[in-house]
Amino acid sequence: MTSPSDAPPTSGGVDADGGANGNGLAGRYYGRGIPYLPIEGYPGKLIAIEGTDGVGRSTQIQLLREWLEVRGYGVVETGWTRSMLMQPTIELAKSSNTLNKLTFVLLYATDFADRLEKEIIPALKAGFVVLSDRYIFTALARAGVRGVDRQWLRNLYGFAIAPHMVFYLNVDMKTLIGRVLASRGMDFWESGMDLKHGDDIYDSFRAYQNKLLREYSSMADEFHFRVVDARRPVDRIQDELRKNVAAFLESAERPADRSADTLALQR
Amino acid sequence: MLNNLTQPHDYPGKLFVVEGIDGSGKTTQLGLLAKWLTAEGHRVFVTEWNSSALVKAATKAGKKKNALTPMTFSLLHATDFADRLLYKIIPPLKAGMIVLADRYAYTAFARDATRGVDRQWVRELYSFAVRPDLTLYFRVPIDVSVDRLLARRVKLKFYESGMDMGWSANPVESFRMFQGKVLDEYDHLVDEFGLDVIDAAGSITDQQRVVRNVIAQHVQISQMELTDDEPV
Repeated sequence: MTSPSDAPPTSGGVDADGGANGNGLAGRYYGRGIPYLPIEGYPGKLIAIEGTDGVGRSTQIQLLREWLEVRGYGVVETGWTRSMLMQPTIELAKSSNTLNKLTFVLLYATDFADRLEKEIIPALKAGFVVLSDRYIFTALARAGVRGVDRQWLRNLYGFAIAPHMVFYLNVDMKTLIGRVLASRGMDFWESGMDLKHGDDIYDSFRAYQNKLLREYSSMADEFHFRVVDARRPVDRIQDELRKNVAAFLESAERPADRSADTLALQR
Repeated sequence: MLNNLTQPHDYPGKLFVVEGIDGSGKTTQLGLLAKWLTAEGHRVFVTEWNSSALVKAATKAGKKKNALTPMTFSLLHATDFADRLLYKIIPPLKAGMIVLADRYAYTAFARDATRGVDRQWVRELYSFAVRPDLTLYFRVPIDVSVDRLLARRVKLKFYESGMDMGWSANPVESFRMFQGKVLDEYDHLVDEFGLDVIDAAGSITDQQRVVRNVIAQHVQISQMELTDDEPV
């Protein structure tokens, strides 16, 4: 059985398959993929921005999209829980608070499968840069915190495509709390109130987010996260993202450019 | 790794499963079995595949728009199953009841593989399931099943006929092709998971006699009933 954790160790730096990512699986199915949907050799790139609630992912994605489009790249955005198929069901489940953790995990996986097959893979085949606001790592972290078997989770998401790049917006608890309170406040799910650690939303938020941050950190090596210090100002973070994305896209395009150059140079 | 489906459970109750393609007669047999076990004084709970309220809505929406892919079809059914397992199957097992399941994870193994989903992936997906004490597989030739369904003037359902695969525009033909492949998958499952095969081409009464004899080895049945060789 192939799973992300069974992936052959990659040699620290640059490798042939994953470009600058050091991730040999980049762009391919993590594990047992979708046999009826072969995905070799598509031109698009999948870039995921991960990070906990309120860390500033969507701001960064908007800026990144703008910049990519100015540079001439077609961009498609995708998120977590946005498929037509499952959105009403997941909203219903969240509002009624009747779901157990396993059903929850499976609903999100269904939603993701729908988006993968109908949005992400078609966009990749059409040559778009797909920016994913959260990816399977959010699901793995949330379910892991809730005690769902980690190996089972990894097998479940074996049908996911390993992104070409995963940026993990890393933040400390103090900064996170400040940002969340300054923007929209703490909500039921983001505070892990379903875990029933107590009635105090602040304490629950703190305890839950602490566990989530630990869960994300523990995945950093396994899934080749590029850890970005998200305590810094928005434009500093954006600079770092752009620098990395530019380097990756340029290296990915180099073979094609080179042959174009060769032709151009026959003057 | 979870391996509940290959390890015996230790709940005080019993879990009996019937499996087979549409038109195999398994639901009829399950009904008769429930009647008998109840009459024997057992507390019986029946659960059906794909019946939890939450997922029904999504499945229906997906079916209406013909929007389900083999993967989302598979995952939706697993979601439904997880919901029923935790709310409908495990509690009665803990209470020492007999749970009769009309279809179980094996249905997913057979159908999803037929639709082109990775076999091992589906097995791992369902590895949280409780292993049944007994699974009766009602094996029937495809012609018998089609004749039964047509005789009952059952309108063949879209997904049950595998119409989503686009193999044939004719529902009966599509059903034959799709369920024919499902039968092949079931045949592999018999050995892999130790299913008990019942010849489902025989009469209802004969089949039920076989069923009761097999079940009697797993539950307490009054002596009278066992030696009674009157037709049921």
